[in-house]
Amino acid sequence: MSALAVYAGLGWRRWSAYRSAAAAGAFTNSVFGLIKAAITMGAIGAAGGTLAGYDALTGATYAWLAQALIGPVNVFTWTELAERIRTGDIAIDLARPIDPQAGYLAADLGRAAFQLLPRGAPPLLVGALVTGLALPAEALPYLLGLVSVTLAVVVSFACRWLMNLAAFWLLELRGVTTLYLVASNLLCGLVVPVHWFPPWLATIAAWTPFPAMLQHPIDIIMGRADGPEAFILLGEQVAWAIGLLVIGRVVFEVGARKVVVQGG
Amino acid sequence: MTEPIISATDLSRDFVVHTGRGLRRRRSVTRAVADLAFTIEAGAAVGYIGANGAGKSTTIKMLTGILVPTSGRVRTCGLDPHRHRRELARRIGVVFGQRSQLWWDLPLSESYRALAAIHRLGPQALRARRDTLVERLDLGDFLETPVRQLSLGQRIRGEIAAALLHSPDLLILDEPTIGLDVLSKERLRQFLLEERATSDTTLLLTTHDMDDVQRLTDRIIVVDHGRMAYDGTLAGLVRRVGADRVIVVDLEENAAPLDDVAGTRLLGVEADGLRQRLAFTPGSTTAAAVLAQVSARASVRDLTIEEPDIEDVVRRLYASGA
Repeated sequence: MSALAVYAGLGWRRWSAYRSAAAAGAFTNSVFGLIKAAITMGAIGAAGGTLAGYDALTGATYAWLAQALIGPVNVFTWTELAERIRTGDIAIDLARPIDPQAGYLAADLGRAAFQLLPRGAPPLLVGALVTGLALPAEALPYLLGLVSVTLAVVVSFACRWLMNLAAFWLLELRGVTTLYLVASNLLCGLVVPVHWFPPWLATIAAWTPFPAMLQHPIDIIMGRADGPEAFILLGEQVAWAIGLLVIGRVVFEVGARKVVVQGG
Repeated sequence: MTEPIISATDLSRDFVVHTGRGLRRRRSVTRAVADLAFTIEAGAAVGYIGANGAGKSTTIKMLTGILVPTSGRVRTCGLDPHRHRRELARRIGVVFGQRSQLWWDLPLSESYRALAAIHRLGPQALRARRDTLVERLDLGDFLETPVRQLSLGQRIRGEIAAALLHSPDLLILDEPTIGLDVLSKERLRQFLLEERATSDTTLLLTTHDMDDVQRLTDRIIVVDHGRMAYDGTLAGLVRRVGADRVIVVDLEENAAPLDDVAGTRLLGVEADGLRQRLAFTPGSTTAAAVLAQVSARASVRDLTIEEPDIEDVVRRLYASGA
């Protein structure tokens, strides 16, 4: 088996080792889903029944899908790499005959694959029971949705990878992490759909990769973006994924050079 | 292969150290390794010794390509380590005693599967090699336990198996026995001796443990402040700096200082002469001869022999070179 496939398997198993953590995460996502669905439906009601194309049911569905995807996509933080840079364990990664970025990406995809069902299904189940879900009846949106979620994981990984690389130059990453957390959670559409943003904020969001992590896959799964529109969104995700991975590679090379040539 | 497995020529490494903040920030250059030159032939077992901060880890990082030399040249397994780091990684195995190459939350068996994959070992090759290492390092009981739950001794054995899984030409162990109890150290040494007897793996070992050096290596290189201080056999080093063994005798009753025992030097008298410490240089006399002489003067209740420790030998070497 190829080394990257084995790394993906490792990612899966590392996360499946903590079943109670997955259960706790799913529980939290579901509880927050109740609150968010209620607020979303309330806002739509106050706006007169529809808001930027969402009615009460599609608004609630949006909230539940967002809750289902934040685990697998991981719009929050991940500091494992930064920690390894800080402690010098990155030397172990450098001394392995595998590309570090590809290895970590494979492991992250394995993690996401594991989390998809245990973290995704409970919020959707609660949503279906409490508010009902407005989901397409045909298969295509789900197939494209799966591709889109995979790309969302890659984009999210590429962003987190870059953020972690700051550890090559900064001793303390808490500021960067907090800024990233606020920006990503707001701009990816986790709080409210990006379609609700005032034009200036929508413009800002469009210039960031964050909508490609959550808003795009949800638009595709719900069928809000269908046909050519869905493929435009997928194309945008591919562009972000490739662009950010390439930048991540270059920055990693520069950072590794700092360690290897300058000696930390 | 005629080319030595490691060759270093005028190898130096500087570090830039910044002290102070803001405008008072000062930049100074520290030379961690200076003009090291040595070669290690394939199949050798070399102890790489020096005090903390002497440049051992810096040298190992340069040998493995994780650090670029400031000047000079180094070749490992016929490769330029920095430029061919990944290719080199397939031919060497490294254990940093203080770092782990295992996946913390997974069992050893999973780490070995992953390492086999990145080293392109087929399933059969993996199974055969893994079974051998599991048996000889006695890993069977905890192969399926997450690494974070292993004891230090178990983890280090696991690390060594991980480094040897792909049957490397060169095994580099950076303080592998640090923190281990006597029994675990001994088992590890036993394993390494067997491993070297059955394969022609070259061993480069840094350690603070005299027994490691004595049992495992046939040549030692001592560095001091990044410079070569000694290159040769341990016996030669002991001869050169006169590393003394110390005989400690506990006597039945108080005795006058035993300052006239041939071939020894009286180091100290404790408890009014009940305990006396005599140093002697191996070769000039023997423990038995010393004991016989002491017994002629007073009756001996107990005795212990203190071996020179590596720190002591190195300290003497540093002192003699200064």
